[in-house]
Amino acid sequence: MSTLSSTERTAKRHMGINTSRRISNTAAYTVLILISIIWLVPFVFIVLQSFRVESTWQVGYVIPQKWGLDNYANLFKTDFPRWYLNTFIAAVATAVLQTVIVLCMSYTLSRFRFKMRKPLMRFMLILGMFPGMLTMIILYRVLKDLGMTQANAVPGLILVYIASSGMGYYVSKGFFDTIPKSLDEAARVDGATRFQVLKKIILPLSKPIVIYTILTAFMGPWGDFVFARYISFGTSSGMNVAVGLYNWLNRDQIANNYTMFCAGGVLVAVPVTLLFMCLQRYYVEGVTGGAVKG
Amino acid sequence: MTHYSDLEFLKLSRGQKIGYKTASFFRSIPIGIANFFKKIGLGIGKGCKAVGREIADIGRTFRDGDIHTKMSFFIMGWGNLARGQILRGLMFLLFEIVFIGYMVLTGGYWLSMLPTLGTKGPVKELDPILDVFVTKYYDNSFKILLYGVLTLFFIAAFIYTWRVNIKQNKLAEQILKSGKKLKSGREDLRSMVDDKFHKTLLALPMTGIIVFTVLPIVFMILVAFTNYDGTHDGYYSNLFTWVGLDNFNTLLGWSSGNKAYSAAFGEILTWTLIWAFFATFTNYFLGMMVAMLINKKGIRLKKVWRTVLVLTIAVPQFISLLYVSKMFAKNGLINQGLMSLGWITQALPFWEDATWARITVILINIWIGIPYLMLITTGILMNIPQDLYESARIDGANAWQQYSKITLPYMLFVTGPYLLTSFTGNMNNFNVIYLLTGGAPTNPAASTAAGSVGYTDLLITWLFKITTGAESKYYMASVVGIMVFVVVALISLVVYSAMPSIKNEEDFQ
Repeated sequence: MSTLSSTERTAKRHMGINTSRRISNTAAYTVLILISIIWLVPFVFIVLQSFRVESTWQVGYVIPQKWGLDNYANLFKTDFPRWYLNTFIAAVATAVLQTVIVLCMSYTLSRFRFKMRKPLMRFMLILGMFPGMLTMIILYRVLKDLGMTQANAVPGLILVYIASSGMGYYVSKGFFDTIPKSLDEAARVDGATRFQVLKKIILPLSKPIVIYTILTAFMGPWGDFVFARYISFGTSSGMNVAVGLYNWLNRDQIANNYTMFCAGGVLVAVPVTLLFMCLQRYYVEGVTGGAVKG
Repeated sequence: MTHYSDLEFLKLSRGQKIGYKTASFFRSIPIGIANFFKKIGLGIGKGCKAVGREIADIGRTFRDGDIHTKMSFFIMGWGNLARGQILRGLMFLLFEIVFIGYMVLTGGYWLSMLPTLGTKGPVKELDPILDVFVTKYYDNSFKILLYGVLTLFFIAAFIYTWRVNIKQNKLAEQILKSGKKLKSGREDLRSMVDDKFHKTLLALPMTGIIVFTVLPIVFMILVAFTNYDGTHDGYYSNLFTWVGLDNFNTLLGWSSGNKAYSAAFGEILTWTLIWAFFATFTNYFLGMMVAMLINKKGIRLKKVWRTVLVLTIAVPQFISLLYVSKMFAKNGLINQGLMSLGWITQALPFWEDATWARITVILINIWIGIPYLMLITTGILMNIPQDLYESARIDGANAWQQYSKITLPYMLFVTGPYLLTSFTGNMNNFNVIYLLTGGAPTNPAASTAAGSVGYTDLLITWLFKITTGAESKYYMASVVGIMVFVVVALISLVVYSAMPSIKNEEDFQ
């Protein structure tokens, strides 16, 4: 009797655990679904509105009454293709050059021990506390003298993006720190130069961080607003997508351009998002590692 | 205040513990700052001593050196050339020639103009041939300041190179005396990819940083002491000149009659700090919660939930921010939708009312920020040793106790430095504020003389507005920028010195 009751009790307790777990899981799923809706809704809306034909202005409903590709067609009658090309060129150039610079910097600071290493890192930390925007005033004037503003903003922009990118070495330095130093030393004992160590041992191991750096460098110019706006300075042919699309939402332009903004936004977001999603794994690794090491 | 040992601390009641911790945090602030200045003082002392040593060494080298070394004091690279290091010698010589040429041709001029920033502005003169008045341009304050700073940099670089040149002579003499051979040019080149490889690697990044960050920042700091603005652009309109601390006085208002800027600065700084606090901590805790929710045992489709959130990171921020900003506008989707549903009769003042706007930007920032925090915290949460939880459960700890005694301390410990950078990052979060509200709604009290100032403006958006505004008061922008630096540096200093991951590095290891 007593054994039976004890098994019964255990069974009951198990059931209790199961029900309470089921309840808490249901609650968790509800919250997660709610979160997903909140996070996805704006993106769904923007896509839906990009297909809306009946009015170009904001309306109180989401699903278009009349569907069509007019907004996308109209985009090509504006400077949008030019902005797109500008941004794309800047993004590709930045991705290549910035990756080289960041990797040089972070590899050096991670692998070499030289006298100026610590002071250099401290100096860059302090330098990073100044708002980067401050330098915009002088950079604009200098670039203007060099003829790299307004219509020719793209080379100027690339220069600005890459020039100081060495200061963003933290994440990739954290990665290089995790590669055991004994690998380097073994190769050095075998007579390899430092350059050969980098080329033959470190780089093949660094695929994740290289991809992470390229990805973030490539995404940067798509979202840059401040420098792009200041350097293009009101000249439409020198703008990037962010500045061009921002202007469409000005008070005097929004009535005609709101749905076109949505269409432009979709055209910008889709390729960038797809690329990002494909390389998501590397991004997550980089971000996680970077935060832990500070 | 008494200081408790660890054992005594554990005996305290809960309230006493909290009180003790808070008190010791605030006590550590002045100590941290004092230590910082002490360190600076010691650093300066050390620096002076080092300079003294260097000068003594230079003197000794001259006294004891042979004729080649002595000649190298005047003609850089002489010693290298005489001792057969042709490549090095030529580099030194070339540098000296370029430097002297530069100083004679232009550098001297810029340097001599630096104290005044130019004296002769544009004037209308009668053109004798055409017989009309034309504007003639003379000095260029902007160029004087820029090239003046550049020349100072160049001089510093020259002194450094000159010193290296002397050191090398001394070394070369010693090596030759001991009967060894000097490095040939070929070996020098080889060491560029070997034991001097770090210099090769750093050359490109450091040049970029010096030319595009250090030089502009030095220039802009100097601008804070001038009257450089739209009407004093230094060449076309009027020259600008040094004004001392006037601009700092205008912003901080210690003795100026016009308090418009200092009032605006106070308001904006307060809001910037409030914003940074809420933006950082709402994101931090909610992001951690979402991560824990997804990590929860028994939750399926973990990847799907994560991907949904990551979408916000993938879509370029300006698109989502601008779109959401218009969604909440007076005649935007949300207001129009709610009105057509009959839930409200008047548009909700998301961007029109100061409090509404401030709360809305913080809420939308949660939407933007949670995905990052979710990604960051997921990895760390999984790293917490599971046996900690197991033993806690055996001891009968409930979920909240497990969270507050294990998860949270661990997270705070590991992400302490991240929290600090994210706080200062939020203080300078230009995109979120500018693309969502542009600083609106306007704050009429603060806007009078300080340009247009809004209730959601951060220091950084204010800086941008001052720069791009009608009057382009670059000097004020520069002062605001320096203030941003001061605030960020102070906060970093205080928090850093009080951070557990710095103080007790071993706690969780």
